[in-house]
Amino acid sequence: MNYNWDWTVFFKSTGVGSETYLDWFISGLGWTIAIAVVAWIVALILGSLLGVMRTLPNRFIAGIATVYVEIFRNVPLLVQLFIWYFLVPDLLPPDLQEWYKQDLNPTTSAYLSVVVCLGLFTAARVCEQVRTGIEALPRGQEAAARAMGFSMSQIYWNVLLPQAYRIIIPPLTSEFLNVFKNSSVASLIGLMELLAQTKQTAEFSANLFEAFTLATLIYFTLNMSLMLLMRMIEKKVAVPGLMSLGGK
Amino acid sequence: MDFFDFSGIVPALPGLWNGMIMTLKLMVMGVVGGVALGTVLALMRLSSSKWMANLAGAYVNYFRSIPLLLVITWFYLAVPFVLRWITGKDTPIGAFESCLVAFVMFEAAYFCEIVRAGVQAIPKGQMGAAKALGMSYGQAMRLIILPQAFRKMTPLLLQQSIILFQDTSLVYTVGLVDFLNASRSSGDIIGRSNEFLIFAGLVYFIISFSASLLVKRLQKRFAV
Repeated sequence: MNYNWDWTVFFKSTGVGSETYLDWFISGLGWTIAIAVVAWIVALILGSLLGVMRTLPNRFIAGIATVYVEIFRNVPLLVQLFIWYFLVPDLLPPDLQEWYKQDLNPTTSAYLSVVVCLGLFTAARVCEQVRTGIEALPRGQEAAARAMGFSMSQIYWNVLLPQAYRIIIPPLTSEFLNVFKNSSVASLIGLMELLAQTKQTAEFSANLFEAFTLATLIYFTLNMSLMLLMRMIEKKVAVPGLMSLGGK
Repeated sequence: MDFFDFSGIVPALPGLWNGMIMTLKLMVMGVVGGVALGTVLALMRLSSSKWMANLAGAYVNYFRSIPLLLVITWFYLAVPFVLRWITGKDTPIGAFESCLVAFVMFEAAYFCEIVRAGVQAIPKGQMGAAKALGMSYGQAMRLIILPQAFRKMTPLLLQQSIILFQDTSLVYTVGLVDFLNASRSSGDIIGRSNEFLIFAGLVYFIISFSASLLVKRLQKRFAV
């Protein structure tokens, strides 16, 4: 079992069409980003809604959000993915079921499953951050808005949420990065994202150290650049007068 | 299609139990190894030697920016090669060992940050007092600082362990038969994979949920 190092492997032909291994990595990265960004949008919208629900005085509504969070936080991501990919389609009405299983190409149906799964999974985490952000605001904010005759939705939309989001940017950043890392589970239902392409390169070329080094570098660079981007946003929107944010 | 017949689960229970033992074994050994390595890393990060601190910092940043699934897959494929380079002969190694190494090294990065925060939360005077009593840095750390820090961070360590309990399911990718994999294959055999999937999800949920409730109660008791 001798190992032949070859860093030029990425420019070599894969033997499949005219593609090079680098092409595989680029298309894999494309899928990873496509999963993560769409799942993040789902998570941000649903998570904000749930986060607001948890802070409402109505105990029934708050309870629904709490149950949601507990369920999605306490079942492993992979189990959730299998549920969305294998089980849920079986529960659909016959027409939809046929569309999902027959008409859609396998990549699209895997993509849909993983986006829904990751979106709902991350929403539970976003919910907790949004709730923390809202609860961290001084009580006076809500009382003042109420005294000025704001309706409940106006209070949240114009007073509480704009401030809460700015406080929770650091934890939201790490959830955002987690979506990218978690998207790698898509490789287990056959979606050719970055990790799956890496595995395939390692198998085809036998240059597994090079393949995994490149994958690691890509994830690392992705992480660092997203983190820098979020830091810039954080500085830009910092609430003036708060210590923790370095605001002026 | 006739829906949801859970009767096939009972005869499969012994197999599922074996899977659960594998899951728990991975978790416990991963936590023990991860906390040990994480503590070493945390002490390195806090040490006055710049290059030691940077080395540990780089380790933590590296493992925190890549997916656990990548680490598990990579180690599974790479560990046999690396062992051969070290020992010079073919050393057969199973999926279990390579997964365990992956968990320990990956979780150590997360445990390191928890331990570091725990140590940093101890008042400076503790170290000063220990030194004034004639203790060396090592003695002060071992006998004074770390015991207090660990007490404070127990809830966080347990929370991270619950996350690891769920993450052990990722060993599915290398075919190791943990609880999830056992449920998948038992279900496939009798054509009842949906029922077994629901059952698996339920078991994971009950264990994680009750464990986090316990941690929450513990947190209240530990609160200063």
